[in-house]
Amino acid sequence: MLEIKNLHASVLDIDDSEILTGIDMKVNKGEVHAIMGPNGSGKSTLANVLMGRFDYLVSEGDITLDGESIIELRPDQRAHLGMFLAFQYPAEIPGVRPWQFLKTALDSKAESRGEDKMSVRNFSKLFDEKVEAVGINPNLVKRSLNEGFSGGEKKRNEMLQLEVLQPSLAILDETDSGLDVDALRIVAEGVNSMRSPARSFIVVTHYQRLLNYITPDVVHILVAGKIVKTGGPELALEVEKDGYNEYLSATGANV
Amino acid sequence: MTLATPPTAVDKFSTEYESFVVENSSSPDWLKAVRQQAWSTFSELGLPTKRRGTELWKYTNLQPLADADFAYGVTGSVSLDQMKVVGPWDDAFDTVVVVDGEFSVELSNLHGSTGLDAGSLAEAIAAGTGSVESQLASLAGREKYAFTALSTAFVDDGAYVRIADGTQLEQPVHVVFVTSDAAENRASYPRLLVDAGAGSSVVLIETYVNLAESAQFAAPVVEMFAGDGSSVRHYRVQMENESSFHFGTTRVAQMGNTDFTSTSFAVGASIARNDIHTLLDAPGANCTLHGLYMTNGEQQQDQEISTTHAKPGCSSGQFYKGILSGKSHAVFSGKVVVERDAQKSDATQKDLNLLLSRGAEIDAKPSLEIYADDVTAAHGATAGHVDRDTLFYLQSRGVDEEAAKAILIRGFAEEMLNEFKPPALHEFVEKITDERIPILLAESDTIGTA
Repeated sequence: MLEIKNLHASVLDIDDSEILTGIDMKVNKGEVHAIMGPNGSGKSTLANVLMGRFDYLVSEGDITLDGESIIELRPDQRAHLGMFLAFQYPAEIPGVRPWQFLKTALDSKAESRGEDKMSVRNFSKLFDEKVEAVGINPNLVKRSLNEGFSGGEKKRNEMLQLEVLQPSLAILDETDSGLDVDALRIVAEGVNSMRSPARSFIVVTHYQRLLNYITPDVVHILVAGKIVKTGGPELALEVEKDGYNEYLSATGANV
Repeated sequence: MTLATPPTAVDKFSTEYESFVVENSSSPDWLKAVRQQAWSTFSELGLPTKRRGTELWKYTNLQPLADADFAYGVTGSVSLDQMKVVGPWDDAFDTVVVVDGEFSVELSNLHGSTGLDAGSLAEAIAAGTGSVESQLASLAGREKYAFTALSTAFVDDGAYVRIADGTQLEQPVHVVFVTSDAAENRASYPRLLVDAGAGSSVVLIETYVNLAESAQFAAPVVEMFAGDGSSVRHYRVQMENESSFHFGTTRVAQMGNTDFTSTSFAVGASIARNDIHTLLDAPGANCTLHGLYMTNGEQQQDQEISTTHAKPGCSSGQFYKGILSGKSHAVFSGKVVVERDAQKSDATQKDLNLLLSRGAEIDAKPSLEIYADDVTAAHGATAGHVDRDTLFYLQSRGVDEEAAKAILIRGFAEEMLNEFKPPALHEFVEKITDERIPILLAESDTIGTA
């Protein structure tokens, strides 16, 4: 469903800042792909570029979703096509309640597809169900979005959004090595419960730890903005044992 | 040798002042003396068009006001239906309506609540009600300040609110100053005197609205006396039309163990100033001053917020938020003075601004002057744009840029909007904010997805 072809990207308005130096990969329906790599290899950039963040310039290559190029689409338009990016550190948004925000997000998706908006009543029912399913404290979602939430609560809130929006391709940016075990479990539970033949995942991570809880179909090693090796779940274990040195020297990258 | 510059724009008001004096020759002598002294102060000062060397007007250009002409004493009519839509309205409130500076018995909606004396200031003066004579112009109008001096020179009618000792009013008292529709530019000097008796409790809403589209000049002066152990919850809603000038002054004197909280909603006028000062004049006096201001086009909104800790054991908090777009300009000038004897004082100041355009300007200057040694104080001011990470976060969930920005602006305002507790008032400020956001966004140029 997702195909990335020779993708080059740099930071907007900064010369010589190419971070992605030619990425090729293909994610089929129902697959879970893990992208691993050392710090500074471009993992987080890839997640952001896939979602269309405006701070990056795609200078070469293409990204297609179900055969259609999405490179010119804004992040909200990509979301309407079924894409979703879970943030490692989601923004704290004072004065905005999760309920209200998710209703707005769902409404704009429906609107873009020419579908009817969900009634407040039906949405409330769905929201309450998902709140319970994700195990988020119901009092928490009455407060401002992510404001004063603990790391684990923010993760649960991201999983709540994933559950409500039901994307067909979810990208999880868990790049930072600082993720605690609780947070790892929450993310893994979210992915595992949502895994289905119609839905694909891209899990971006530094350590193999997260993959103890999520078994990927395909593992990619990203170094210096390129995928240097692709394999099965066993590749993650190799990296855990031997580190990235072998790949770093091969590409001549100085990280 | 340099020639002294004559005071600005005094002539503009002098003819009308002279006829005002003739028309009001039957006023009590004490009032005539108050007016005369105020006029003499104003004629000495003129309008403060000189910006250099004055902290008070450094960031505010009053030349457009000095260049305009205003008629005084022109009154028109306003209907109840108009009143109900231009500002917040609730039939349950005790409402005092002042049209073009004069108390309107037809539009006011008073329920004869026990312990409340609310109505015309002119009548209270004539009847010598309560402490009117000693209170009027005792907090504002005798100092060397052009706008309170000018306003006091024309002091005549307006609203008077007295809450008897020990009275806990259940419903808010709403004072509406409305300008009727008229083609000409007019000046008005609305006045409000509030006397909250010992142990009383009141919610007081002040609204400034304008039915005219022509330029209006208003210099309202509000004096409030909070008696021992009283609690005053004050709101101020300023929605003058966009060609008007509004220079509002509020002076509050707080006695021991009083709580005064004021929330301002300032969105109107071409040039507007909300000048509020609280005097914490006995131990245990606490005040919280906060508000939301929104500006667009070439508007200017000033918040001139000051508190004096005169006695020990008092606390004050100032917290304002601003949303600026277009080529608008806002000033936050927060001042807290802690006098030598005011030990154990607690003071905080905060001003947060959201700038939506490159052309918008905020001058924020919180300042603390502390002469006592045992004091807890903190202050800060920030100005920022819509956060890009946050915007991307919302967009990644399917919300487009305009809607995402609107959500963020609304979220920024929410904290202040929630301070407006009476439901009819809360609904009104929410509605005005929701109507204003697309206008602010239309003039926004700070973020684009390219």
